[in-house]
Amino acid sequence: MNPFTRRDFLKATGSLVVSVAMPGAVATAVGQGISSRAMIGDKPSLLPNELDSWIAVLPDGSVTAFFGKMDMGQGVDVAIAQMVAEEMDVAFEKVTVVMGDTEFTCNQGGASGSTGIQRGGVTLRNAAAEARRILVEMAAKKLEVPLGELAVEDGVVHVPGYALQRVSYGELIGGKHFHHQIEWNKRYGNALALKVRAKPKPPSRYKVVGKSFPQKIVADKVFGTAQYITDVRVEGMLHGRVIRPPNAGCTPVSVDEGSIRGIPGARVVREKDYLAVVAEREWDAVRAAEQLKVTWSAQCTPFPPMEKLYQHIRETEPNGKRVPVNRGNVEATLKGAARVVEAEYEWPLQSHASMGPACAIADVRDGEARLWTGTQKPHFARDGVARMAGLPLDKVRATWVMGPGSYGRNDAGDAGHDATLLSKLTGRPVRVQYMRHEGTGWDPKGPAAVFRGRAGLDASGNVVAYDFYGKGFTRQEVATNESNPKDTLAGQLTGWKPKANIVFQHPAEDYAFTNKRCWWETIPPMLAVASPLRVSHLRDPLGPELHFASESFIDEVATAAGVDPVTFRLRHLAHNSRHAAVVKAVAEKAGWRAGPSPNRGKGDVMVGRGVSYTERNGTVVAVIAEVEVERSSGRVWAKKFTVAHDCGQIINPGGLKLTIEGNVVMALSRTLFEEVRFTPNNVASVDWATYPILELADAPEAIDIVLIDRPEMAPQGAGEPSTRTVPAAVANAIFDATGVRVRRVPITPERMKAALARA
Amino acid sequence: MNQRISLIVDGKPATVDADPAMPLLYALHAELGLNNPKFGCGKAQCGACTVHLDGAPVRSCVLPVSAAAGKRVTTLNGLGTPENPHPLQAAYIAEQVPQCGYCLSGWVMTAAAFLRNNPKPTDAEIRQAMAGIKCRCGTHMAILRAIKRAAAAMSA
Repeated sequence: MNPFTRRDFLKATGSLVVSVAMPGAVATAVGQGISSRAMIGDKPSLLPNELDSWIAVLPDGSVTAFFGKMDMGQGVDVAIAQMVAEEMDVAFEKVTVVMGDTEFTCNQGGASGSTGIQRGGVTLRNAAAEARRILVEMAAKKLEVPLGELAVEDGVVHVPGYALQRVSYGELIGGKHFHHQIEWNKRYGNALALKVRAKPKPPSRYKVVGKSFPQKIVADKVFGTAQYITDVRVEGMLHGRVIRPPNAGCTPVSVDEGSIRGIPGARVVREKDYLAVVAEREWDAVRAAEQLKVTWSAQCTPFPPMEKLYQHIRETEPNGKRVPVNRGNVEATLKGAARVVEAEYEWPLQSHASMGPACAIADVRDGEARLWTGTQKPHFARDGVARMAGLPLDKVRATWVMGPGSYGRNDAGDAGHDATLLSKLTGRPVRVQYMRHEGTGWDPKGPAAVFRGRAGLDASGNVVAYDFYGKGFTRQEVATNESNPKDTLAGQLTGWKPKANIVFQHPAEDYAFTNKRCWWETIPPMLAVASPLRVSHLRDPLGPELHFASESFIDEVATAAGVDPVTFRLRHLAHNSRHAAVVKAVAEKAGWRAGPSPNRGKGDVMVGRGVSYTERNGTVVAVIAEVEVERSSGRVWAKKFTVAHDCGQIINPGGLKLTIEGNVVMALSRTLFEEVRFTPNNVASVDWATYPILELADAPEAIDIVLIDRPEMAPQGAGEPSTRTVPAAVANAIFDATGVRVRRVPITPERMKAALARA
Repeated sequence: MNQRISLIVDGKPATVDADPAMPLLYALHAELGLNNPKFGCGKAQCGACTVHLDGAPVRSCVLPVSAAAGKRVTTLNGLGTPENPHPLQAAYIAEQVPQCGYCLSGWVMTAAAFLRNNPKPTDAEIRQAMAGIKCRCGTHMAILRAIKRAAAAMSA
């Protein structure tokens, strides 16, 4: 086998020059080049029904796993390596996970819906089990030993007790392809599944799964040597900056190109309503974008005044409706109830506000396109770029390079299309990095919504009817991936017509009320084309919104019934042991004692605790928050969280705990601080001053986590589920501390103070 | 209008030919090809661009490159190496702090300067000293653990 050389890499990656002079500037693509170049012979087409699309054994016996989902920092790739190492019986250290490049991985949906392990990992597990099965078969032939007499230890197939009867994976197939067909369900994306003859290991034999392994990439990040999407430099590239209108919905009428004449190399690029500048040097592009004089179409007012947002939602004619839960007869029972509890809740628009604004580099030339992107769904980005550039799919390659955070369909989903369009129009590779106002102001937003709970109680306080209704923007005004330019700003500004999907949700809980209805309605976008307030997926789409309302309301019903909130939940979850178990576990860990806090409303610093429980696609979480509310300032400090978390089989408990911590803190930030501000003309939250998030001073003192491991169960998701449980736990704790119910997020000091004053 | 400006970056002399009003960040990242610090906001609101200028933390996204002329710039990359890590870098690895990691220059460079002057900080002092530094992934609990771990290592 020829050793991998830099020339091979350049051949493999075209014109990419990755600042080779800088230490440690190793692109993700480099590693992926290695795994590809080290293989001899014709690799079968990259199709899911080829085992070689999933697993490769290199000559030294190390294993490469090709993962079509993504890790966005939580360490999913580490868990994938564990699952593959486990099934193949090789050491964890021998497995490399390749992800994010359309040339090397099948489209498993990218990062999406906390399914990295739940779906993506299970697929890799099946592929790895099948690879092991084939390797053991090969060994049996080679050693002339019956299959049943063979065992595998760290990639060496051997006959236990006979030291000389052994052959390694590297000797069996290293550097060569399996050329083995497997069955797949003919579906790309999250749904992709494989069927193989091999049976994955029983959990009782696990050695690697269930243990904590660290992320190696952390060291590269910490020493400043990791390469991010912002650090990709392509020979001959231009720097681009996009010009956003001063008023949402306005379009450029005329552009004074003379206004940037003094800036070397700066020029205007325009296509229909799309306007940008490019320059040879980045600072010149930044300056040109600031200085360019544009006459815009007449000012329009696409949005209601911000203080009327919830009124707008309530009063707008719905464009969609569903009643996913409808048991018994809710309306009739409510009418006959001794008492009806009713409350409404409101959740604002929120921004992904990723740590840095998005960046992408595209090179559209000679009938081919190359994209480097930080998006969490690079395969779908490739599909969109192909459409935007008017090229067949096989002429487009997208490579993910890690970016500044993700959390759903953020601005990275737009930047790739900007770079593509600008490269197509200039004939040069173009690097686009957004400015902060685009990262916060122009990313797709998490939907604002209003919710109403109604519960009927009989004379003894039993719940006889339960009705939960939500109304808000569909969570997919633009789709959750950028496979079609219609879902991107650059696409919409150049004539691709947007069309929203009607998607909303009802609460994911399992309270056994006899008469129960959960239903929702959606409303159309406030501005249909190129809106800074367009809505799409933000970490745990609709989860925090819905369950802030539903789990606050359950607390209100418990209070009205005169029952302790933990007792109340357990009473109505008795039929579902997994759901009841997390509530019991969290109460036990936090030392919950029934009844309201004895100190309610006393002193300047009022202390209380609240509980909440939710489910998300198979993962169940319960949270107890302990808060301090300062009467004089209105400041809420969530001092401590206790979390009970059941996501089925646990792959990496250490990584899981850090993931949960991140979810809790981000959800706390959204509960206490985050709200997209806007005027009738435009978005007004455009940076960290106008869109504040939680800082270290407001971080909790402790987050206690109880992991409930169910090794015999399939692994479920963990990337998001604990997000949705947090907001209501905080609101319920505030009620416990103060006796005041807050029903609107964010719970800022001003709002808290006002609520206390009203009480 | 451009000027030749010389500075010392992570111990090595460097020269850029640039608009003197250009922020230092663009000199480091775009002109000199460093992979850090990061552009987070361009408004000194998040910390992702933090470097040390003659030992003191500054936000390179707003500091004109001319203000760094003749001075020593230290980036996250120059703070320590895998062989000889700064205690904060070692602590960050031990605690597995970052998720996306784009914010790291802000936290590590600010905390490094803070711990130099406050070797035994309280929890409240750490929280106060880190005001204005952002992390969007919500890794704050691990950040607190790592800063405390580094402080303990430095005063041991």
